[in-house]
Amino acid sequence: MTELTNKFDKIKTVEEAMSHIVDGMTIMVAGFVGVGSSYRLLSEILEKNVKDLTLISVDAGDPIVGPNHIIKNGQVKKLITSHIGASTATKELYNAGKLEIEFSPQGTLAERIRAGGVGIPGFLTELGMGTTVEEGKQKVVLNSKEYLLETALRADVAIILAQKADEFGNLVFSKTARGLNPLMARAADITIVDAKEIVPIGDIDPELVITPGVYVDIIVQGGSDWPWPWE
Amino acid sequence: MALGMKDLMAMRAAEEMWDGAVVNLGFGIPQRIASFVSSELTIFTHAENGVLGAGARAEIGKEDKDLIDAGGEPITVIPGASFFDSADSFALIRSGKIDISFLGALEISETGDLANWMIPGGSIPGMGGAMDLARHAKKVIVLTTHTNKRGEPKLKKCCDLPLTATSCVSRIITDIAVIEVTPDGFLLTEMFDGHDVREVLEKTDAALKIADNIRIIQY
Repeated sequence: MTELTNKFDKIKTVEEAMSHIVDGMTIMVAGFVGVGSSYRLLSEILEKNVKDLTLISVDAGDPIVGPNHIIKNGQVKKLITSHIGASTATKELYNAGKLEIEFSPQGTLAERIRAGGVGIPGFLTELGMGTTVEEGKQKVVLNSKEYLLETALRADVAIILAQKADEFGNLVFSKTARGLNPLMARAADITIVDAKEIVPIGDIDPELVITPGVYVDIIVQGGSDWPWPWE
Repeated sequence: MALGMKDLMAMRAAEEMWDGAVVNLGFGIPQRIASFVSSELTIFTHAENGVLGAGARAEIGKEDKDLIDAGGEPITVIPGASFFDSADSFALIRSGKIDISFLGALEISETGDLANWMIPGGSIPGMGGAMDLARHAKKVIVLTTHTNKRGEPKLKKCCDLPLTATSCVSRIITDIAVIEVTPDGFLLTEMFDGHDVREVLEKTDAALKIADNIRIIQY
């Protein structure tokens, strides 16, 4: 079996990866109620206790999984999300005025992140017209129809969970743990991947690569996982 | 197993299906529909977290940590299923590939406006994918109790609660009746056995037209 060479210097220790995460940053954390979220890196962010983060995540997790812990720990000043219903701590901080939240419909949130990753500054959508979503947003008329202008999202760091990474950072995901991972991997200045398995280049069939390695800066070996509600 | 009213509503909703239908089953009563779809039909159930072809809940002990539905439940997939990222999942919704989105409701107006995502002053969970589904599915069918916990009508002339989407609902299956949203407002077309027109009128806070031949739903 071919050995890992780390010739692209992307495989790092968790400590090296964490040195890129500092106070005041905007971070993206992929995952849907924890499925597709990196337990290891979120645990490290909790441990490091970096503050004043702007967090972009589809949800706030639930009391056990996902970004709930770093929100509960007061590390997040602003959350851009579509749903917080399963995280009691997030709802309490929001209701107490200790956490700013920008709600985006889930598809609009995904598209804003996609736009951020593909060099598009914003896009037009009819979604949210006639609802509170349109408040404060610019409206644009195109072909006699009115749309909301939704802006792209980018982050300083993206926290990605992959099923498998090769040394160059080519990524493969698993089932519904894919979610926002491939989109966020493209939309940050530094993309950090927690890979359950790291393999030499050439081991992943190019046809199966979901995220090309050019988007990946740092790969860490995956660790343990959350206990799941049904366990 | 004795069937409760929610199951009967789900059975009625299952009648809407056809072979190859692409559907999304929202949180709450809609999640029960899958249990009542004829085994002769292949339904492609979309879960907005990234799967088309969601199957039954995973058996106890056989759950896969990477495979859940939009309600967070561990699921299986059917033959022909596919996985995709969140942008693709909502591209599929936005481009009109969902034949029917079954959603819950807090209020529905006679023009088909839907409110189902927040109560001001109460808990604000966020809209998740409900706005996307309500706006862009080819057909939105609401499953809901006819009145809320305080006994107030959910079918109204106008919604008071913040909207999920305007003019999106086409059919409402409640615990007493089935009502169409037409260009002329609500139209009563079916009633569950044991209910009558007077009751439906009393529990509806808007004009209600009555179809000529009302089906009495019996299972």
